[in-house]
Amino acid sequence: MAKYILKRILYLFLTLFIIATITFFMMKMLPGTPFSNQNRMSAEQLKIVKAQYGLDQSVFVQYIRYIGGLLQGNLGTSFQFNNEPVTALIGQRLAPSMQIGAQAMVVGTIGGILLGALAAIRKNTWVDTLATFISILGLSIPSFVLAVLLQFYLAYKWKIYPVALWDNFQSSILPTLALSALPLGTVARFMRTEMVDVMSSDYIELAKSKGNSSWGVVAKHALRNSLIPVVTIIGPMAVSVMTGSMVVENIFSIPGIGEQFVKSITTNDYPTIMGLTIFYSFLLIIVYLIVDILYGLIDPRIRLGNGGKE
Amino acid sequence: MDKILEVKDLHVDFDTYNGVVHAIRGVSFHLNAGETLAIVGESGSGKSITVRSILQLLAKNGTISKGEVLYHGDDLLQKSDKEMDKLRGNKISMIFQDPMTSLDPTMTIGKQVAEPLLIHNNVSKKDALKRAEEVLRLVGIPNPQARMNDYPHQFSGGQRQRIVIAIAIVDYPEILIADEPTTALDVTVQAQIIDLLKELQQKIGTSIIFITHDLGVVAGIADRVAVMYAGRLVEFGSVNDIFYNPQHPYTWGLLDSMPTLDTNESDRLNSIPGTPPNLLNPPKGDAFAPRNAYAMEIDEEQQPPFFKVSKHHYAATWLLHPNAPKVTPPASILNRFEKFKKLGGNVK
Amino acid sequence: MEQIPQIPKEKFRLIHDENNKDQEKIGTPSLTYMQDVRRRLFKDKVAVVCLALISIIVVISILAPIIAPHNPNAQQVTMSNLPPKLGNLNIPGMNGYQNMGGHMVDAYKQADAPKGTFYILGTDYLGRDLLSRIIYGTRLSLVVAVLATLVDLLIGVPYGIVSGWKGGKTDTFMQRIVEIVSSIPNLIVVILMMIILKPGLTSIVIAIAITGWVTMARLVRAQTFQLKEQEYILAARTLGEPSMKIATKHLIPNLSSTIIIQTMFTIPNAIFFEAFLSFIGIGIPAPNASLGTLLSDGQKAFRFLPYQMWAPAIILSVIMIATNLLGDGLRDAFDPQSSEN
Ligand SMILES: Nc1ncnc2c1ncn2[C@@H]1O[C@H](COP(=O)(O)OP(=O)(O)OP(=O)(O)O)[C@@H](O)[C@H]1O
Ligand SMILES: [Mg+2]
Repeated sequence: MAKYILKRILYLFLTLFIIATITFFMMKMLPGTPFSNQNRMSAEQLKIVKAQYGLDQSVFVQYIRYIGGLLQGNLGTSFQFNNEPVTALIGQRLAPSMQIGAQAMVVGTIGGILLGALAAIRKNTWVDTLATFISILGLSIPSFVLAVLLQFYLAYKWKIYPVALWDNFQSSILPTLALSALPLGTVARFMRTEMVDVMSSDYIELAKSKGNSSWGVVAKHALRNSLIPVVTIIGPMAVSVMTGSMVVENIFSIPGIGEQFVKSITTNDYPTIMGLTIFYSFLLIIVYLIVDILYGLIDPRIRLGNGGKE
Repeated sequence: MDKILEVKDLHVDFDTYNGVVHAIRGVSFHLNAGETLAIVGESGSGKSITVRSILQLLAKNGTISKGEVLYHGDDLLQKSDKEMDKLRGNKISMIFQDPMTSLDPTMTIGKQVAEPLLIHNNVSKKDALKRAEEVLRLVGIPNPQARMNDYPHQFSGGQRQRIVIAIAIVDYPEILIADEPTTALDVTVQAQIIDLLKELQQKIGTSIIFITHDLGVVAGIADRVAVMYAGRLVEFGSVNDIFYNPQHPYTWGLLDSMPTLDTNESDRLNSIPGTPPNLLNPPKGDAFAPRNAYAMEIDEEQQPPFFKVSKHHYAATWLLHPNAPKVTPPASILNRFEKFKKLGGNVK
Repeated sequence: MEQIPQIPKEKFRLIHDENNKDQEKIGTPSLTYMQDVRRRLFKDKVAVVCLALISIIVVISILAPIIAPHNPNAQQVTMSNLPPKLGNLNIPGMNGYQNMGGHMVDAYKQADAPKGTFYILGTDYLGRDLLSRIIYGTRLSLVVAVLATLVDLLIGVPYGIVSGWKGGKTDTFMQRIVEIVSSIPNLIVVILMMIILKPGLTSIVIAIAITGWVTMARLVRAQTFQLKEQEYILAARTLGEPSMKIATKHLIPNLSSTIIIQTMFTIPNAIFFEAFLSFIGIGIPAPNASLGTLLSDGQKAFRFLPYQMWAPAIILSVIMIATNLLGDGLRDAFDPQSSEN
C-alpha cells in the first residue's frame, strides 16, 4: 500500500508538471498580450511593462522561470487586481469556495446515498420512480439554471433568503443547494444500481437465511457493500461541483475562486488563468488521490491484497 | 419415525417478462428426524426453488401459489415475516450452491459466523465470537483463532464452503438444507465436505435435505432419495430402491449418466437426450414423455399418479399401471445394476 | 396413489419419440439480438416517450428555417421585451399583458404593435422573436452536440480498439496518455481551448471533444479486451483474417451497445458544456443564438422578465432529461439483466 501511495504521489507531480507545461505554451500561443488592446500605452511604456513581467525574454527562458516559480509555490502575478500574486488572490478567495463546495459535496453525497438506497430497497414501487425522477432532474438541470431559479423565487420573490450577499452561513444555503443537485443525482443513480446489484447477490440471500430482518440485511450487509464503490465517484463529482461553482459564485456574487476565474477569462488576465488552472488541477488530483487511498482502505479486498489487480 | 417437516402439494409460480413460469407444480415429500433426504434432478428441475420455498426465500417475482409446508405440524406459509425470521438460521438453516459468492466480502468471517447467534440468542458478542471460533475449528478451518478477522477472499473455495457450513450449523439447527454444497468444488474437496456433513450430522443430530444433480454424491450421504423433473417429483424411495430398483425412465436416465468407478470399460456417459419442457406452458401429460423412449399414448394425455412399488418406494410413471406393457430398463442400466452389486459397499 | 385408475389398454402403446420435434417448436420465438433489443426498448414507456420528444426536437431543429416564424437575428427595437402572446386567445401569461407598477398592462398596445402581431414566447431586449431564437438556438446546440459526439466516436473508438487489441506495451503507453488526459479537469481544458481558439462553433466542438473521447476510449478498450478472447474472434485470427476486417466485421458490431449507450450520455454532456461556455461568455458569439446564450441573456433580465429565461431553461432541461432517460432505457434494453430480477 505504501509503495502504491508513493507511486501515486510521483504520478501527481508528473501530471501537474505536464498540465503546467501545456497551460504555459497554450497561453503563449495566444495572439497578442493583455496590453495590446490598451492603446493608451506608448511603445516605450509597453516595453517597460513587458520587461517588468519578463515578457521580453525568450519563450524558453520564460518557461524555465515559470516552472521554477511553481516549484517555489509561486503561481505568477496577476495583470489586474493591483498586480497581486495569484497565490494571494487564491488565499483571499479560497474559504468561500471551499465552504460551498464542501457543503454541496456533503449534502449531495449523503442525500444521494439515502435516495439511491431507498430506491433500491423499494425497487419497482412508486418510491423508486420518484427517487429516480429526482435524481434525473438533479443530473439534467444545469446548476446555473437552478441557481438563477432558486435565487429568483426563494430570495427575490418570496424573500426567504438573502439575494446576493456573502456574510453568514445562511447566505451559503442557496448556492449549496444549487451546486448539490448534480452530485445528488449522480450518487443516487450510482447507489441505486450498486445496491440493486448487491441486493440480488448470494451473500444477501445467505444473510436472509440467517434470520436477519429485511432491515437487518440492509443495515448489516447491503449498505456497506454498496457504499464502497460510491467512493470512486467522489472524484468526478468534485469536478462537477467545481465547474458549477464558477457560475454559481458569479450568480450569487460570492467572492470565491470560481468567480475570480470567470472574471480573469473575461479580462484576459492570463497569469491568473494559468495560476488558477494549475491550482484547480492540483486540488482535483489531490481529491483523486485521497479517494483512491480511501477506497483501498475501506475495501478489504484491496487493502489485504489478492482481490485487487494492482 | 417422526416427520419433522412435510411439504404438501407445493406450487410455485414466477412472473416473468414472457409470462408466468410454473416452476413447481405439486411437490409433496417429508423429512424424518435425523435422516438425510437427497433431492436429485437435472439443472432447472426446481430443486432449489422447492427448498427455498420452505424458508420462503424466493426472488421477488416468485409466489407460492398453493401448498403447505408443515414444520412439526405448523404451516410455515401461514407465518408472519417476523416468525419466519426466528426460524431461519436458527431451527432451519441453509447452505448455498456457490461458496465463492455466498460470503459478504466486506465482513470478517468471525463476525459472519457469529451473526446467527447474535440474532437468535441472547448472547454477548464475545461469547458469540468464541462459539464461532469453535465451530470454525469443528468444520476444519486450520488455526481458526488467528483467522477470525480475515475476510472471505483470503480463503480457498473449499475453506469458504466450510465457513458457509459453519454459519449454517453454528446455532445447531434441527434441519439443514444443503443446496448443491459441493457442485462448485473439485472432487477431492467434494468428498471432504460430504464427510464433514455426515460427521456433523452425527455430532449435532440435524436432519439434512441434500440437493444435488449428481447421483454419485447421493450414494455416499443419503438415506432416502427424491427424484425431480420439470417441477414435479417423479420417484422417491430409499437409496437402495433408487439405485437397485428404479422404476421411472427418468431415474434410469439419471443413473445412466452417472460415472462409475469402473475403470475396465471406457467411461461412456449416456446423457438423456432432449431438453426439459418449457414451464411457461407445461405439457398436459407426463412432462418427461417427449424424451422418454418408453412413452405411451397415455403419457401425452394424463399425468401419471404415484404408483406404489414397495412400502416407501413410489414412482410416477404409467409403466407401473397393470395395463402397461412390461419393459426392461436399457442394457446399459442393467449393466450398472451388476456393477453396483459388485461394488456393494459403496451404497448404504 | 392408492387407487389405480382404470384406463383402456390401447392407451399403453409405446410411441417412442416420434413427436419430439413438435415439442421443440413450442416455446418463446427466438429473436435476433437486435430485434430483441428493439422490442425491449419499445416496451419501455419512458424510453419511448423520450425518443419521441427527442425526435420532435430534432425534426423542429432541422426544419428551423421553415418553422421559425421570424428571422432569429432580426432586431426590431420598438418591439423589445414584449411578453408572450398567443393569437387573441386570452390565456393568462400568454396574452401579452405585463405587470407594470402593480397593474396588468397590454404591452403590445403600449409598443404600438400593429394589429395581429404576436410573439408566442415574447421578444428579447432587442425585439428579436424568442420562439425563433429558441428554435435556432436548439438547432445550434444540437449541432454542437452531434459534432462533438462524432469527433468523440472518431477518436475514442479506434483508440480504444487499438489499445485493447494490441495489448502489452502499446496498451500501457496508450493508457498512460488516457490517464493523464483524464486527470486534467476537462472543464479547464475546455476553457483553455476556448481562450486560445476564436469563440465559435468549431472551437466549442474541438474543446469538448478533446477531453470527451477519453471515456469512450476506456469503455471500448475494456470491451475489446473481453471480446478478443472470444472463440469466434480467436478463430478469425488464427484463420489469418486481416485486423481491419476483424475490427469491422466482428468487433464493431459487438461493441455497438457500449458505443450507443455511451453516445447517449455524451450528447447531454456536450449540450451542457456549450450552455456553460456560452453562459460565462466564451461560447457562441453574438448575435447567434444557442441555448447557452439564450440562458445567459435571459438570466440578465430574469428578475423582471422571467419568461425570457424559462423557455430556454425548459428546453435545455427537457433535452438533458430525455437523452439521459433514453440512455438508461437503451442500457436496459441492451442488457436486460441489469434491470430485471
Ligand atoms: N426468479 C425466477 N424467475 C423466473 N423463473 C425462475 C426464477 N427462479 C427460478 N426460475 C425457474 O424455475 C425453475 C427451477 O429453478 P431451480 O433454481 O429450482 O433449478 P435447480 O433444480 O435448482 O437447478 P440447478 O441444478 O441448476 O441449481 C427453472 O426453470 C428456472 O428457470
Ligand atoms: Mg439450484
